[in-house]
Amino acid sequence: MSHDPTASSVASPGRQAALPQLAAATSESRLARLTLTITALAFVALFLLLPLAAVFTEALRKGPAEFVAALGDAETFSAIRLTLTVAAIAVPLNLVFGVAAAWAIAKFEFKGKAFLTTLIDLPFSVSPVISGLVFVLLFGSHSLIGPWLQSHGIQILFAVPGLVLATVFVTFPFVARELIPLMQEQGSSDEEAALSLGASGWQTFWHVTLPNIKWGLLYGVLLCNARAMGEFGAVSVVSGHIRGETNTMPLQVEILYNEYNFVAAFAVAALLALLALITLILKTALEIRYSAEIAASRRH
Amino acid sequence: MDVRVHNIRKEFGRFPALDDVSLDIRSGELIALLGPSGSGKTTLLRLVAGLESPTGGTIFFGDEDASQKTVQQRNIGFVFQHYALFRHMTVLDNVAFGLKVRPGHRRPPAAEIRKRALDLLELVQLSGLDKRYPAQLSGGQRQRVALARAMAVEPNVLLLDEPFGALDAQVRKELRKWLREIHDRTGHTTIFVTHDQEEALELADRVVVMSKGAIEQVGTPDEIYDHPVSPFVYGFIGQSNCLAVTLQNGEIWFEDRPIGLRAPAEPDGPANLHFRPHDIELIDGCGGCLAGLVTASRRVAGTRHLELDLGRTHPPVEIELPPERAAAGDHSRIAFRPTKWKLFRDGERQAVVAEAKSESSPIEMQEPTLVAQAS
Ligand SMILES: Nc1ncnc2c1ncn2[C@@H]1O[C@H](COP(=O)(O)OP(=O)(O)O)[C@@H](O)[C@H]1O
Ligand SMILES: [Mg+2]
Repeated sequence: MSHDPTASSVASPGRQAALPQLAAATSESRLARLTLTITALAFVALFLLLPLAAVFTEALRKGPAEFVAALGDAETFSAIRLTLTVAAIAVPLNLVFGVAAAWAIAKFEFKGKAFLTTLIDLPFSVSPVISGLVFVLLFGSHSLIGPWLQSHGIQILFAVPGLVLATVFVTFPFVARELIPLMQEQGSSDEEAALSLGASGWQTFWHVTLPNIKWGLLYGVLLCNARAMGEFGAVSVVSGHIRGETNTMPLQVEILYNEYNFVAAFAVAALLALLALITLILKTALEIRYSAEIAASRRH
Repeated sequence: MDVRVHNIRKEFGRFPALDDVSLDIRSGELIALLGPSGSGKTTLLRLVAGLESPTGGTIFFGDEDASQKTVQQRNIGFVFQHYALFRHMTVLDNVAFGLKVRPGHRRPPAAEIRKRALDLLELVQLSGLDKRYPAQLSGGQRQRVALARAMAVEPNVLLLDEPFGALDAQVRKELRKWLREIHDRTGHTTIFVTHDQEEALELADRVVVMSKGAIEQVGTPDEIYDHPVSPFVYGFIGQSNCLAVTLQNGEIWFEDRPIGLRAPAEPDGPANLHFRPHDIELIDGCGGCLAGLVTASRRVAGTRHLELDLGRTHPPVEIELPPERAAAGDHSRIAFRPTKWKLFRDGERQAVVAEAKSESSPIEMQEPTLVAQAS
């Protein structure tokens, strides 16, 4: 499961729609087409399917009973719960931030817009480990506000707030990046039409803007969620690795692996992969179910 | 409701899109804003709507200063160039939108909203299509939904930005006639933008000709066509010719001879002579006329268009004649004289600039009888 941004945009519904035209317009020879297709398929098999299959085989090597037992372990169970909690907080936050940022960038002209656009990409271009370190520098006991936080009994690092912050930072671009091109393409005349008909700003957003972007938004949220649950680097730095308390699923996988508890490690990894797979299946199912509506919203 | 635009300025950055524009629109009028692309028509329309705020000046709706109001408070109906229909709503929901979003105390009951929307769909001849989505409609149908949607809120003024711009010629013509009918039936004060002079002249009570962010002329279609006040309007509305001439002792000279037209009160000097291709008379013996070789000849419907070469440095002149009078073939020599014409002092470029406009001095059109006297 790739969470890299370029992969996400290639798979986005907008580009998919353009593909058939492209194929028709280009006239490569049959051999070239065949070679390209085989290369692509081989690549996907080697780098995506094979590892995925390996994860599941390893997890089930000693049978389903062992697999279930590994997931039932108290520490593992707490990691699963923590991952779901962090995602449940970080994803809605990024939903709101992402829509707000995309709205501002796509529909308004203001100073510093180019800077903001660049800033949104920052989490993609900075190593997650560094993102984590930034929070340590900000909130650690040697930081400026560290002592103040400590004296007020506020725990950010090595606790849920730190994990959420790091996850929000790393997954910020997904929703915004999905929405900005979509909103830019749609322009603001629908919104202006609603306003001219007497709708308030909020009514306009709720009845016009949101329905116009809902598919892009859904896709951004699903990707954001997949990444929020799978994030390792940044979370690893701020987590402190307290067993049963601040270990998320990816961190738990690493710990189990380092302890040579391969079945348990791969069991958790398989569960993580499964969550990501469900995300993609969900997206595809929705796309098929509402394909007519999606097509209509783009054609018009 | 009457709409008055007072000394409106609008700048985008440092660029003035509208420069000191004033316009009075009477209640119930159908007004066309006509001008080439980039002349500021859309900007003016959006300022009236409240979708843009002016750099300076005021806009009155009746006696109220609308410039202080938001777009929602102005209660206007705006029809966008590309319809801007809500694609996820049915046709009926699109039309009902403006009523549905009203706050509770001003919102009619659901059944009445539905009835009004259906009535409007009937008015725009779309009965039976209420459950369709915009994507399932043709361009002309979409435009009519957009108009019904805008009229649903009973707007103070109806604003249409190139309403037929994206449609093909046939549909355009139909919708044009139909819009006029709707207007006559509903009586909304209506301003529509177009760059198509035929559309403006055919449809509007009065036409506002715009160029480079300023109003060139306001008048009925007849006034605009028959009495253009600037070289720009002369050139933009209908066909016209422009010849560089000189004035000498109240007589108009072309190159080295008088052409039999007089402008007695005018001082000597260079000027430009404007006349329309069909406002000419053929002359047999040339005692004072324009004369040129026919270089091209086209039959257009009931008339023949001739292109004449008047001499080296002058652009070709086009005249229109009844086919039987233009029987002579190419390369024959034709002598003629404008019957309706106008002189402008400044070059065309200076004359359209607002400041220079007062300096350009249109000379009263001469009656054909007067000309006859002189020849
Ligand atoms: N939002 C904008 N930002 C900058 N310039 C604009 C904007 N809208 C219009 N203009 C400029 O103002 C001028 C008038 O535009 P517009 O009113 O759209 O002309 P028209 O509708 O007559 O074609 C044009 O030169 C255009 O480039
Ligand atoms: Mg325009």
